[in-house]
Amino acid sequence: MLEPLVFYTLAVLIVALGILVITARSAVHSVLFLVGDFLLIAALYVTLNAEFLAVIQIMVYAGGIVVLYLFVVMLVSLKHAPELHADSRRLGVIGMGLALVVLVELVAIAYVSSTRSAGATVARTEQSFPVGVQGGNTEELGWVLYTDYLIPFELASMLLLVAMVGAIVLAKRSL
Amino acid sequence: MIDSLLVPLLKIAVLLNAVLVTVTFLVLMERKVIAWAQSRLGPMRVGPHGILQALADPIKLILKEDITPARADPWVFTLAPIMSLVPALVVFSVIPFGFDPLYYISDINVGLLFIVAVTSIGVYGIILGGWASNSKYPLLSSLRASAQLISYEIAITITLVSMILTAGTLNLLGIVEAQRDGGVWFAFVQPVALMLVFIGGLAETNRMPFDLPEAETELTGGFHTEYSGMRFSLFFLAEYANIIVISAVVAIMFFGGWMAPFPNVSAFSFFQVIPGWIWFVWKIFLVLYVFIWLRATLPRYRYDQLMNLGWKVLIPIALVNLVVTGIAKVVF
Repeated sequence: MLEPLVFYTLAVLIVALGILVITARSAVHSVLFLVGDFLLIAALYVTLNAEFLAVIQIMVYAGGIVVLYLFVVMLVSLKHAPELHADSRRLGVIGMGLALVVLVELVAIAYVSSTRSAGATVARTEQSFPVGVQGGNTEELGWVLYTDYLIPFELASMLLLVAMVGAIVLAKRSL
Repeated sequence: MIDSLLVPLLKIAVLLNAVLVTVTFLVLMERKVIAWAQSRLGPMRVGPHGILQALADPIKLILKEDITPARADPWVFTLAPIMSLVPALVVFSVIPFGFDPLYYISDINVGLLFIVAVTSIGVYGIILGGWASNSKYPLLSSLRASAQLISYEIAITITLVSMILTAGTLNLLGIVEAQRDGGVWFAFVQPVALMLVFIGGLAETNRMPFDLPEAETELTGGFHTEYSGMRFSLFFLAEYANIIVISAVVAIMFFGGWMAPFPNVSAFSFFQVIPGWIWFVWKIFLVLYVFIWLRATLPRYRYDQLMNLGWKVLIPIALVNLVVTGIAKVVF
């Protein structure tokens, strides 16, 4: 009874804030709505018992990345949008295209996860953890990341490293 | 229903009031300690030895006129102090004052990470306060403050990872229990981590010698120059609440939280007569005293020195400490 109520309240608020993010006139206000959105998504993770993910969501997105957005928005303080972005038809086409890609991805994920037998996953998960693990899903996440998904995990960290080096090279012309 | 709703609400009320009252007296303590360090008397007029100054200051702040600058962004100008204070107070919901469920509001498995995450939200108050004022010096100050916060957060977070490795848990109760089982405070196991967290904590809370965001000589008053009255005092409360949070985290992680000294040695069992939460509060105040002591002693860093210290000294030391902790964990 309580759980669907919490979920739908959160869902409505998340969508409402998402709409405010793209309709707000001032860029700073838009970034602030985005922070609110990230905090509510973290709350959604808590209702799924994924506390670790919720906390990481707040730490990385709300507390880190959006702060950098805010820096850029404050320092640039656009009075007029650049010409490329002023063309609303062009923006609409790009937006629709991106939305379509995300939709296809979501449908694909939903299809794959519904066809995969849920029982097998649970059985495999249970046997791969030592009995009596008290850490909750933090420890389970660690196990899965460093055993089953080791290579994707390392690849992702390499990608971040490359991006970091790239940013430094772009920012500092002469090293 | 009553147990699951009323009891936590009562605990929250008690804790919030305790924190806010502590803050007012912390300001008095700070003025007194600095005065003594400089061979002065400090506040003496209000009450015996100025003890009622702690009540006079908040009354003065509440009665002052609350001004919004004409060209400020009114919504964000109001939101900034709130976003500054709320995270600082939310953190207290996971800080345990004792092992018994009576002494904490919530016991979550990711307690330590929760503290890091929620305090990282506090930076918005500073950035937005400076931006919304629509004034040059506050904006510069808020840029400085947020760059400083983000840089030192990295060092602190890496250090906390090595503490998590040492304790084997993210749970704050678990960290204290690990110190009881090990029979030694983590201050002696991880002295380098203690130094890193303490220095990082000074920088995170914008305290001397890292109080560049409030450098009066360069930036008039800092990011809250344009604030007055109650909205200013919210920033003020947030700053001091954050100092108490850092002190509490240091007390829990490095000094055994609510445990009396030598909990496993029967010769010292008379320490147990004093209840745990008093030990904890006492440890918090010792750390707070060191904070104030440093303010009275050290001069302010220059901005480039501050950034060099953060990126070129603290972060490398934190990384080395993490690797050494990992190796030690595997070997022993």
